[in-house]
Amino acid sequence: MRSGAKCTIDALKDAGVKTLFGLPGGTVLDLFDELARAPLEFFLVRHEQGATHMADGYARATGKPGCCIVTSGPGATNAVTGLATANMDGIPVVCIAGQVPSHMIGNDAFQEADTVGITRAVTKHNYLVKNVDDLPRIIAEAFEIATTGRPGPVLVDIPKDIQRQTTSATFSGKPERRGYKPVYEGNSRQIAKLAAAINASRKPVILAGAGVIAAGASAELATLARKAKIPVTTTLLGLGGFPDTDPLALRMPGMHGSVAANRAISTCDLLISVGARFDDRVTGKVSEFAPNAIIAHIDIDPSAIAKSVRVDIPVVGHAKSILKELIPQIETQARKEWLTQVHGWQKEAPFIYDTREPRILAQYAIEQIYEVTKGDAIITTDVGQHQMWAAHFFKYTQPRSFISSGGLGTMGFGLPAAIGAKAGCRDRNVIAISGDGSIQMNFQELVVAVEHDLPIVVVIMNNGYLGMVRQWQEMFYKKEYSAVRLDQNLRARNEKLRDKPPGYLPDFVKMAEAHGAAGLRVAEKREVAPALRKALAMKRPVVIECITKPDDNVYPMVPPGASLSEMVQGLA
Amino acid sequence: MSNNTSIRRHTITALVDNEPGVLSRVVGLISGRGYNIESLNVGPTQDPTISRMTMQVPGDDRVLEQVTKQLNKQVDVISVTDLTRESFLNRECILVKIAATRKNRSEIIELADVFGGKVVSVQNDSMVIQLVGEQQHVADFLKLVAPFKILDVSRSGVIAMGKE
Ligand SMILES: Cc1ncc(C[n+]2csc(CCOP(=O)(O)OP(=O)(O)O)c2C)c(N)n1
Ligand SMILES: [Mg+2]
Repeated sequence: MRSGAKCTIDALKDAGVKTLFGLPGGTVLDLFDELARAPLEFFLVRHEQGATHMADGYARATGKPGCCIVTSGPGATNAVTGLATANMDGIPVVCIAGQVPSHMIGNDAFQEADTVGITRAVTKHNYLVKNVDDLPRIIAEAFEIATTGRPGPVLVDIPKDIQRQTTSATFSGKPERRGYKPVYEGNSRQIAKLAAAINASRKPVILAGAGVIAAGASAELATLARKAKIPVTTTLLGLGGFPDTDPLALRMPGMHGSVAANRAISTCDLLISVGARFDDRVTGKVSEFAPNAIIAHIDIDPSAIAKSVRVDIPVVGHAKSILKELIPQIETQARKEWLTQVHGWQKEAPFIYDTREPRILAQYAIEQIYEVTKGDAIITTDVGQHQMWAAHFFKYTQPRSFISSGGLGTMGFGLPAAIGAKAGCRDRNVIAISGDGSIQMNFQELVVAVEHDLPIVVVIMNNGYLGMVRQWQEMFYKKEYSAVRLDQNLRARNEKLRDKPPGYLPDFVKMAEAHGAAGLRVAEKREVAPALRKALAMKRPVVIECITKPDDNVYPMVPPGASLSEMVQGLA
Repeated sequence: MSNNTSIRRHTITALVDNEPGVLSRVVGLISGRGYNIESLNVGPTQDPTISRMTMQVPGDDRVLEQVTKQLNKQVDVISVTDLTRESFLNRECILVKIAATRKNRSEIIELADVFGGKVVSVQNDSMVIQLVGEQQHVADFLKLVAPFKILDVSRSGVIAMGKE
């Protein structure tokens, strides 16, 4: 006989969990009691949002499910943003939540929240365990559902009394649910149709998304692209799925996409999406997206197909197995004319910035990160301008090396995701590229990196602004800057705080030090690379604050609602 | 994606696990998109672990196609069919309480007879009629008895089944 708590921890071990992120509370005391004796590495976070992002970052970096544990009520509600983040991006996370004892549910008990109700819309699936005998099966099912099909977060809510009851129930084998049968093999007729379309196409483009990375299909994707000479554009979440350094790489498409990617999409006669879901930030105005193209869509999620754009050749299934079946049916091509046109765009309009600008630009700093690491690093980001620049000015050549909240766009994701990534990949450089706004949302988690001796480097691009919002106000709201200034020197009223070094709040260097990490501040271009080298050599968590030009903008930009052919370019 | 974006009433039926939370998940998915479920019926099938849900939702064809796919994706939803595209049977059962005096009682009974309804309760100043039939049939009846002053109506929600 085992207690429910023991069943749970055993089931986690059976599922291969070695690393767990979380924070205890009244309704998970039994689980934590078991944890104390379990051969798992436990990371005590300082806010449950951190736990979910760490589990998420761990999953994105390793390809294995991330796991976290939170208490009932506020613990579970704090986890919601992280679950929603993982849900939007299809990341396998299993979250164990405590719940008030069964007989108290619905009574507004202390620290009660309707956790399954609250998380229903932000998880792939969730469970409220009502019988201890079900626990081993439910945990096994949770991992199965989280990791198969389009992956996603699964929450298991376990009332305290269930954790304390005992059972002889066990579970082994593969969980089966009659309502859950993800399709892996693509339909051969559809694949043949796609092959014929590729062989007949004169101007094809591949749109590679997160599905390539989730399916581990980057080798197959590269084979296909190189064999048939198809240029590849990679979405934000697909970065690293095809090497940015390849001559066929068009880089990112969409709102802040490259000129080459957006022109290629607007010009192509065949667009093949491999695991990209045609997010509105990618398509721009849907009615003018790829206007001349036959659109093929390979996706494991049938509901992703034709959700926003018309699809002529849908292929439902796993990207790797579909590409494997497709490649032998594809003719080798040279495709000189199309590639000449595409290379022309690549040359004419690469991602650029003003290299003569004397102040540090985030673009410059990110280029330095690329140079200093020689591109060998896992980069996590927060959300804003720095995120787009991290996509533009670091070249990703390996899958799982770019980790960012794409779908939900969660500020505060970058630092905990970096900790999760480092926890799963100790031999990799892990660098969080953050903004002065975003970093403040989960700064407290830096302590976790210090405690566990995880030498991550956090680079804060301090532009004194909620930069991306400021950019929209500049471009679309007549420069009416409303609630975007973070630097006290830029604020109208705060005389008291002006020009007191460092002239703004908070002092990130002191904050780093107060959390037990090292803090470095760089304000000159020439200091950037040495600071990075120093930080990487320190073998401890380091925060580098880069004081950057306050008012730069991300270009190119497709204004919201415009078509991809209407790009606004910066320097011309 | 079809170019057909007409707005009409969709009749969707789903086989789901007979477990708590499923109803809320299905309803949440639909109402979360701002669509109103006009009619909803849930009951177990011949397999007590499976329930059938029948919903009527007025809306855009394209959006409801997406909703159907999303419903299908739910772990506890076994299958979903939008019956609107095929030929199907629909039935609804209603109980309607009508203000009735000795004077007009027989008139109401006559009307109910014509529609195949049944008087199931008679009080001094009211009576209750039960009627089972196609949605349109039920609607027609309610229209005709409206002048007598309807005191209360309880409807089962539409149930439906494909003919094939
Ligand atoms: C939790 C959350 N709140 C608000 C936003 C809206 N938002 C998007 S970008 C941005 C500014 C981010 O500022 P910062 O981190 O300094 O990055 P920058 O754009 O300056 O590089 C904001 C507020 C968001 N994405 N996430
Ligand atoms: Mg900023």
